[in-house]
Amino acid sequence: MDFPILTVMMLVPLIGAVACLLAAPAARTIALGATLVTFGLGIVLWASYEIGGAQWQFHESYELVAGFSYAVGIDGISLMLIMLSVFLMPICILASWEAITKRVGEYMAAFLFMEVLMIGTFAAQDIFLFYIFFEAGLIPMYLIIGVWGGDNRIYASYKFFLYTLLGSVLMLIAMFWMVAQAGTSDIPTLMQYDFPPGAQLWLFLAFFASFAVKMPMWPVHTWLPDAHVQAPTAGSVILAGVLLKLGGYGFIRFSLPMFPEASADLAWLIFTLSMVAVVYTSLVALVQHDMKKLIAYSSVAHMALVTAGLFAFNVQGIEGAMMIMLGHGLVSAALFLCVGVIYDRLHTREIDRYGGLSINMPFYAVFFLLFTMAAVGLPGTSNFVGEFLALAGIYQASSWVALICTTGIILGAGYMLYLYRRVAFGTQKNEDAAAMPDMTPREWAMMAPIAAVVLWMGVYPESFLAPMRADIAALDAQIAAAAPASEAQLAAGEPRPEAANAVEYESHEGEGEH
Amino acid sequence: MDPILIIVFAPLLAAIIAGLGNKALGKTGAKLVTTGGLFLSAALSWPIFLGFLGGSTSEYVVPVLKWVQSGDMTFDWALRVDALTAVMLVVINSVSALVHLYSWGYMEDDPDQPRFFAYLSLFTFAMLMLVTADNLVQMFFGWEGVGLASYLLIGYYFRKPSANAAAIKAFVVNRVGDLGFMLGIFGTFLVFNTTSIPEILAAAPAMSGSTMTFLGMRLYTMDILCILLFIGAMGKSAQLGLHTWLPDAMEGPTPVSALIHAATMVTAGVFMVCRLSPMFETAPTALTMVTIVGAATCFFAATIGTTQWDIKRVIAYSTCSQLGYMFFAAGVGAYGVAMFHLFTHAFFKALLFLGAGSVIHAMHHEQDMRYYGALRRKIPVTFWAMMAGTLAITGVGVLGVFGFAGFYSKDAILEAAWARGTGVSQFAFWAGAVAALLTSFYSWRLMFLTFWGKPRWIESEHIQHSVHKTPQEAGEDTTGGYHPHESPWVMLVPLLVLTIGAVFSGYVFKYPFIDGSSDAVDGAFWAGSIYFNENLVHALHGVPLWVKLTATAVMLIGFLGAYVAYMAKPGIPAKFVATFGALHNFVYRKWYFDELYNAVFVKPSFWLGRQFWKLGDIGTIDRFGPNGVAALVQRGSVAAKSIQSGYLTTYALIMLLGLIAAVTFVLL
Repeated sequence: MDFPILTVMMLVPLIGAVACLLAAPAARTIALGATLVTFGLGIVLWASYEIGGAQWQFHESYELVAGFSYAVGIDGISLMLIMLSVFLMPICILASWEAITKRVGEYMAAFLFMEVLMIGTFAAQDIFLFYIFFEAGLIPMYLIIGVWGGDNRIYASYKFFLYTLLGSVLMLIAMFWMVAQAGTSDIPTLMQYDFPPGAQLWLFLAFFASFAVKMPMWPVHTWLPDAHVQAPTAGSVILAGVLLKLGGYGFIRFSLPMFPEASADLAWLIFTLSMVAVVYTSLVALVQHDMKKLIAYSSVAHMALVTAGLFAFNVQGIEGAMMIMLGHGLVSAALFLCVGVIYDRLHTREIDRYGGLSINMPFYAVFFLLFTMAAVGLPGTSNFVGEFLALAGIYQASSWVALICTTGIILGAGYMLYLYRRVAFGTQKNEDAAAMPDMTPREWAMMAPIAAVVLWMGVYPESFLAPMRADIAALDAQIAAAAPASEAQLAAGEPRPEAANAVEYESHEGEGEH
Repeated sequence: MDPILIIVFAPLLAAIIAGLGNKALGKTGAKLVTTGGLFLSAALSWPIFLGFLGGSTSEYVVPVLKWVQSGDMTFDWALRVDALTAVMLVVINSVSALVHLYSWGYMEDDPDQPRFFAYLSLFTFAMLMLVTADNLVQMFFGWEGVGLASYLLIGYYFRKPSANAAAIKAFVVNRVGDLGFMLGIFGTFLVFNTTSIPEILAAAPAMSGSTMTFLGMRLYTMDILCILLFIGAMGKSAQLGLHTWLPDAMEGPTPVSALIHAATMVTAGVFMVCRLSPMFETAPTALTMVTIVGAATCFFAATIGTTQWDIKRVIAYSTCSQLGYMFFAAGVGAYGVAMFHLFTHAFFKALLFLGAGSVIHAMHHEQDMRYYGALRRKIPVTFWAMMAGTLAITGVGVLGVFGFAGFYSKDAILEAAWARGTGVSQFAFWAGAVAALLTSFYSWRLMFLTFWGKPRWIESEHIQHSVHKTPQEAGEDTTGGYHPHESPWVMLVPLLVLTIGAVFSGYVFKYPFIDGSSDAVDGAFWAGSIYFNENLVHALHGVPLWVKLTATAVMLIGFLGAYVAYMAKPGIPAKFVATFGALHNFVYRKWYFDELYNAVFVKPSFWLGRQFWKLGDIGTIDRFGPNGVAALVQRGSVAAKSIQSGYLTTYALIMLLGLIAAVTFVLL
């Protein structure tokens, strides 16, 4: 057997987590080392992933107890999401370097443990293994908010827990039914299994309950703003960067391939909720006074494009949705880091307490501007590619949905530029804000890599699209039969014989000077 | 290496160096790099343009990098060079290079110069990407890139609230247009399965009879696609309805207004319609819309221009109005004429803006024309340059002899509208004729108020600050003892170069642009890069003599009107305002568009946002959701308290137990 790289990628942070608990004083260094090693392994993973090769690569499987096995393996979609996770992790450790002062060992351990669970979620090939990783990922996050969060952390973590618990029980029951029906818990096999259409509806709804909360979709989104506001910076980064992608991953991995008919039948529901979310949460974002809340609401609006893109049932929609997830993972993470940078200096998230920061923090203002523009979906940045493809896919399904979802680009420009104006532009009305120093080398090390990837993904997204191409094409082929007809109903007609501005003209003498 | 690569990427490189090397490079370094880069680009652009003029160059595409491949949808980075691009290359790079140079003088006292020059070069790069695009998505990249640069430059004085507001307004209003553009691209892809412009243009005629459903309506495919794309053009080119951002954009430094909000970026919409002209020619309804919107804008903006006091706002509305001319020229099928006006307008409008900048520079940052007067002899070079610009925009010339730039391009537009011979084109002709009268009136009003009459300088607060006097202290001496100085040579040289363009660009280039070549109506110059309507060009040459003389006649009437009102009998404007107060207010307040949009869009958005937040999220979802559950739990249980003890191990234990319990429950 080959080198079990996926298992090793989980073992490294796991060992790191234990080490952090045991050797608390050195926890920061241990955590940074462990996450960097894992990131290095991630690069090896990406480099050795064979594009156009087998659908599932780096497969490992060990039978544990009857019907339950430790099976991991990845396709291109999993690969990209794992890369996103391991890339953001060292940055999170850096972001917590000075901000976290109490229980550092436990804190770092929680993060490393979460990294294990995230990699596990994206790599799991056994449906129960997936469930365990998927749900257990909440525990460290719950702790991070509840222990190291802000003043109202208990309420936020409680809300976070309550919401996410709601869906997971239903999903687990559905999983048991599926395994009993199909006789296997192997995810690749289940993806090919034809569940009876009558059952698909109920299975879809059970999974939907869990994924919709994770996404989060309107109206089960209200846990997100509170969780973000109370979470420490790094917690927000992981929450927005990776945990919000679990729902979308679930839709791609389970709902669409396993219940295609039900997905098509309920696409109207997804579309409706997504359209409401785009308009509703964008408008709510417009009136926020708290920076983190604003970005949290904007995340809900962006994630609505993901769900609408996925349920457009075409390649552009699904690839666009994946690219939004990757792009948003980077950009929203970076925006929360931007908030963190000034929060660490002034200890407030109140937008009005800042202003004129481009005077005393010019480099910070440049990074913040770049990420603001990326969040707005400016071409040349990561988010544009995703939003453009997703909306192009949605348009093929329905021009109404595309129109409503595209209004997000107007509203998004509104709330993001309004935020940027109040923070970075204007006069320096508060002395303490005006005295804040520009970014430290540690903060540069957090921002610069994300900025580079955001531009890379915007200018040459092929690096990210290529590994996923075959998998999404396969998914598209699989669900194509169930896809609803395009609403456009293009009908050929007899071409008109002449151009619109055809002018009768007979040559005659005396054309004048002009 | 192909020169087009240098032309496009030199400004980007310069922008990056000046922007990031800000500290290390210093002011002069940043200015040298960016200005040098632009002069290099300009120098390389002219041979390409002349090559197309001489017929020695034909179109080619330079591939750069793969961009996106998603299913059937592919688009790459590539630079397309054809006659249409070549025209834009010389306009963009020449004006940009001159504006860079001019800014050495104009921005001399500014502490943030590297940032300013980096933005200018970044803008130029984005604009070049727009005009060299071979597919709609790269065009959209340039489209948004110039939007970003425009946003940054309008908000350049970021300490000023009005500048920030104007910057956001420009971006957001443009995004409304972008919504149309994006939907247009999506629809085009749906219909043609490609975003490549040449492929779309080749396939468009065959689709002219097809229909599709859009928002539940059954429409001609090409009409709906072109209308959506045109909505994008309306935003970028500030056409009626989406124009409100352009006057506010004057918050940016004046060189920016000259480059972005007069000569180049705002003409992107016209460029787009011309680039896609074979497609628009398959969409009669869309073209009717283009004509009506263009004609309405050219009239509407000209009316406002007659009442404004801020010198830059007058020129801004003038730009808006001139863009309307270009659009209705395109709407009636005279794409070459539209491009000709774009070309000449770039020179004389950049000249007028830079001239206005020179006046503002001389008048200690005062922009209100009420406080100018008698500047003719104080700043003679600026005066003569502005005079050339005014002669060009009002279209002074004698048929068959010689005329300034606008004489050829604007007259050709009116002739084309007449020659097209439909009801809508007649409307455009008359709207254009009235607007030409108003153009002449407001242009001469600007000249008379600024350069003639008595000095009214001491009324200006800026001048008062400069001379430390109040009007009372100054008494009879309405100059307040202020001495306006002519601008430095670094500002005057660009003015003089643009003056040459304003005087001769019409006379020299009329044949290639309108006819295609100097001895025949054959579209040879355009070589298929736009839709060339040969019959229409013949017809526009054959219009009755009175049509040809209309533009000259209304120009003279406008001049006389301005002369009487502002020179001979200066009491007239006040009397007019007193008599027709309501009408004047309506026009002066810009037809109340801003008030309307605030009431209909901006305020309701914030109000709705608050309602959704307070009544939706907090009042409904949270109240009956998590908080409702929490209330139930807390009522009966003290256990909840002990859970919230804050100890890590307790949490971990409970979470683990919960999970195990859930799993066990289901397993059993």
